[in-house]
Amino acid sequence: MSFMKKPEVSHSRLSHNSLGRTLREYEGSMSTLCAGCGHDSVTAALIQAFWELSIEPCQIVKMSGIGCSSKTPAYFVQEAHGINAVHGRMPSIATGAHAANRNLYYVGISGDGDSLSIGLGQFIHALRRNINMLYLIENNGVYGLTKGQFSASADVGSKAKKGEINQQPPIDPVTLALTLGGSFVARSFSGDKAQLVPLIKAGIMHNGFALLDVLSPCVTFNDHEDSTKSYAHTRQYDRPVVHADFIQPHQSISTDYANGEIIPVELHDGSTVLLSKVSNDYNPIDRAAAYQYLLDRQKRGEIVTGLLYINENQEEFHTVHRTTEEPLRDLPHVALCPGSAVLEEIQHLYR
Amino acid sequence: MDRPNRYRILGKAIGESMNTYVNDFVVKIANVNGTGSASANGLLMKAIFRMGIPVAGKNFFPSNIQGLPTWYEIRVSHDGYRARSGKVNVMVAMNAQTYARDLAELDPGGCLLYDSTWSRDKQLARDDITLIGIPFARLVNATFSNIRARILLKNICYVGALAAFLNLDISVLENLLRETYANKPKLITDNLKAMEIGYQYASGHFDCPLPFRLERMNATAEYMMVDGNTLAALGCVYAGATVGAWYPITPSTSLMDAFKAFCERYRTHPDGKRRYCIIQAEDELAAIGMVLGASWNGARAFTPTSGPGLSLMNEFLGFGYYAEIPAVIFDVQRVGPSTGMPTRTQQADILLAAYASHGDTRHILLFPADPAECFYMAVSAFELAERLQTPVLVLSDLDIGMNDWMVPKLSWNEHDVPDRGKVYGFEQLRDLSEFHRYTDSDGDGIAYRTLPGTHSKGAYFTRGSGHNRDGAYTEDAAEYQEVLDRLQRKHDHAKTLVPAPIACRRSELKTGIVSLGSCDAAIREALDILARGGMELNYLRVRGFPFSREVDEFLEQHTRIFVVEQNRDAQLKSLLLLETGVDRSKLTSILHYGGIPIDSRCIVQSISEALREGEAA
Ligand SMILES: Cc1ncc(C[n+]2csc(CCOP(=O)(O)OP(=O)(O)O)c2C)c(N)n1
Ligand code: SF4
Ligand SMILES: [Mg+2]
Repeated sequence: MSFMKKPEVSHSRLSHNSLGRTLREYEGSMSTLCAGCGHDSVTAALIQAFWELSIEPCQIVKMSGIGCSSKTPAYFVQEAHGINAVHGRMPSIATGAHAANRNLYYVGISGDGDSLSIGLGQFIHALRRNINMLYLIENNGVYGLTKGQFSASADVGSKAKKGEINQQPPIDPVTLALTLGGSFVARSFSGDKAQLVPLIKAGIMHNGFALLDVLSPCVTFNDHEDSTKSYAHTRQYDRPVVHADFIQPHQSISTDYANGEIIPVELHDGSTVLLSKVSNDYNPIDRAAAYQYLLDRQKRGEIVTGLLYINENQEEFHTVHRTTEEPLRDLPHVALCPGSAVLEEIQHLYR
Repeated sequence: MDRPNRYRILGKAIGESMNTYVNDFVVKIANVNGTGSASANGLLMKAIFRMGIPVAGKNFFPSNIQGLPTWYEIRVSHDGYRARSGKVNVMVAMNAQTYARDLAELDPGGCLLYDSTWSRDKQLARDDITLIGIPFARLVNATFSNIRARILLKNICYVGALAAFLNLDISVLENLLRETYANKPKLITDNLKAMEIGYQYASGHFDCPLPFRLERMNATAEYMMVDGNTLAALGCVYAGATVGAWYPITPSTSLMDAFKAFCERYRTHPDGKRRYCIIQAEDELAAIGMVLGASWNGARAFTPTSGPGLSLMNEFLGFGYYAEIPAVIFDVQRVGPSTGMPTRTQQADILLAAYASHGDTRHILLFPADPAECFYMAVSAFELAERLQTPVLVLSDLDIGMNDWMVPKLSWNEHDVPDRGKVYGFEQLRDLSEFHRYTDSDGDGIAYRTLPGTHSKGAYFTRGSGHNRDGAYTEDAAEYQEVLDRLQRKHDHAKTLVPAPIACRRSELKTGIVSLGSCDAAIREALDILARGGMELNYLRVRGFPFSREVDEFLEQHTRIFVVEQNRDAQLKSLLLLETGVDRSKLTSILHYGGIPIDSRCIVQSISEALREGEAA
């Protein structure tokens, strides 16, 4: 069931960003996903976010694994390099790519099968390494591409299209990321563009591994009321705790929010994410509190969305590795090869 | 000098034969691992090397940290043979557990040294050898009080005794000890003392030296003593590799350790900034993924591993082949199947490596024969990987990787600028009307690639799913086949780029040996022995896969070919049968796969038997 359609976008596709580029220039090839698939809405939000951030397309690197979700990097920012790895292994590709060139913007798109089943190991290790990238999971609770088997994020009691009921506890990437020391942990919903776009922007600008778990219903295999990854369920139980807005350095801080309800979090490049505290007991810079809050809400059957935790001071991969500022791949051979005199010197050690 | 209480030990076994073996014998030391014997044995070998005498050392160690048997075999060869001869002339039996088999392994006429602090089992005597008892433990315990020092220094004590028995220059040993412990003076004093005790006891109680003895030569000046993992790592440094990803596994671990040490010294800015990035991955799937990610993004990247790791890397290797991404993999082979014997050597990953991954996948392989070739082939591997845009696997093994070999000094041409392959840069992309990733514009099967961040026109989507020559997704039979056929052309083209085989041949001979890698040293010696017995053979050492034209020619021009390799299943022979037109009936396998490096004696035996049978028939 696939027919062509362009992701919907709300802005005028012809207005220009500060690079003088139109939104259309951030689009990709035609989507081949099912009509109504949540993943297409995420693609639209990504296009919007990159356009709004005015990032030069060729400075973006798009990466994915295998799955319907992992196909989507072909559908945004046509003028960026993309790489479709093998199933569940995008994080290692991302790690290597980022090791080679620290100066590009890396975005990884994955699915719940790709990241929480086959690729769980790689996902959490990339997170632990704090690779500087946006890691977006398009989470639908099923394996879409292989036609509707449960994924590791399927809820207990949820019913597959063929009637089978899942009895294994789900893996929640958000709580997982919190316990494993993730430096940026967020959740959103594919249908909530107003929340999704700023979160994507903040995730891209975050100096480290930004996990963004996006509930993204699979209309073909998992969009029924019993599924917490359905449109209906998400609309009913979505509890945005933190309303995030993303502000670039040259913009003044928005005054729409009452002071005291807003926590401005400054990112490494001087831009700011504004976190509006919807609920007074929520503190997105306190890992333990965030964790407790999530568990409490989970017990009530609520899905917490928003920027749930952020720590801009956690050292990212290259800082930890003390890598030189210049991308490794740009270092000329003379800067890498010790030369023949040193070779002679080294050989004395083995005499 | 008058030496009272001296026992004459040279009974009929050696004394009567009166043969002396100058610079041509094998000493084997049996010990328990975790007692520090490795450094004592290394010291011994290095001292012989410094006396200018060609020497080779093989370490047979257990997959264990402490308490299991371990052996070290030192071959002294004035002719410069570097392989095992298959003989043992002097056994130092320091391990009671293995005493019986150590005794049995000695060649007739040999000597066995043992620790006479404890009485030995008289049942185990042999009258064709000479037993030499030295109370090592008692001597050391009487001099040192610290328990740990006693254990460690017992080893140095037998080195001292051997110095007397073998006529090893004690001043060379002293200098080595002083260098080793340059900043630990207390250790120097203790080690020298222990050595002295052993030396004095041996020379005071026995006729020294033994018939197996050393005399200074001048045959090692242009050589060094080093292992293959160290030189492979050095090759990575010289090739300009910046990203290394790995998951620890014997026997490849020391390769990354060495890379790290070299980079700390030569790639670190005084302010601490590093011009390299080493990532200890969560497993080998991730390690190869990181290498592919980094290479795709323009860095030279590599991963060292061994059999189990290579098995895990299969899916990604197929991705690298099909999506055409460079990668360098060092497979330091060990004994399989499965976990096998991790600390023993084999050449049993040949077929796995050649076709690793599902589908019509094939890879470039390089087969170094010694540590020096590990250096040069490491450099070639990066070059080939980038020029051919595909994974290249360097198939070393535990024997090459972890044992110290005597190898000629390396050279480096300062003017060699690395060939980074076909990569469009900014200007080329700017001037190009359109870029298509998989178009064979030069007719050699190799298309141009681009790196992220260069220019918008260079953007494309790299995928392991079906793609056409433009790089676009396809399920169309013709488009898919076009790319697959070009990949075959590219692989064929590689035949002209991989290192050519090395041949020792005379045109009139029709019998030959084909082999690869670490069998080389044993084969070279076997060829000399066979020639002395009137059996002359040609020899071809394969150094790369796909096989170059010279391999086909050699196979065609010989009527009888022995394929020597270190695995059970005759994997090189299978690969030759699959990839060349050779007639199966010409090929005879000589297989050695017990995990101990192949020796020349077994090759000589197999070939001479086979050739005699041939004559009789
Ligand atoms: C090694 C391997 N095993 C199995 C598959 C088959 N496979 C393709 S996609 C997929 C599941 C994808 O699920 P998810 O990541 O949730 O993506 P979605 O399609 O739901 O967006 C599977 C099992 C594969 N491609 N590779
Ligand atoms: S199967 Fe589900 S996940 Fe895949 S494209 Fe269709 S709706 Fe989207
Ligand atoms: Mg899914």
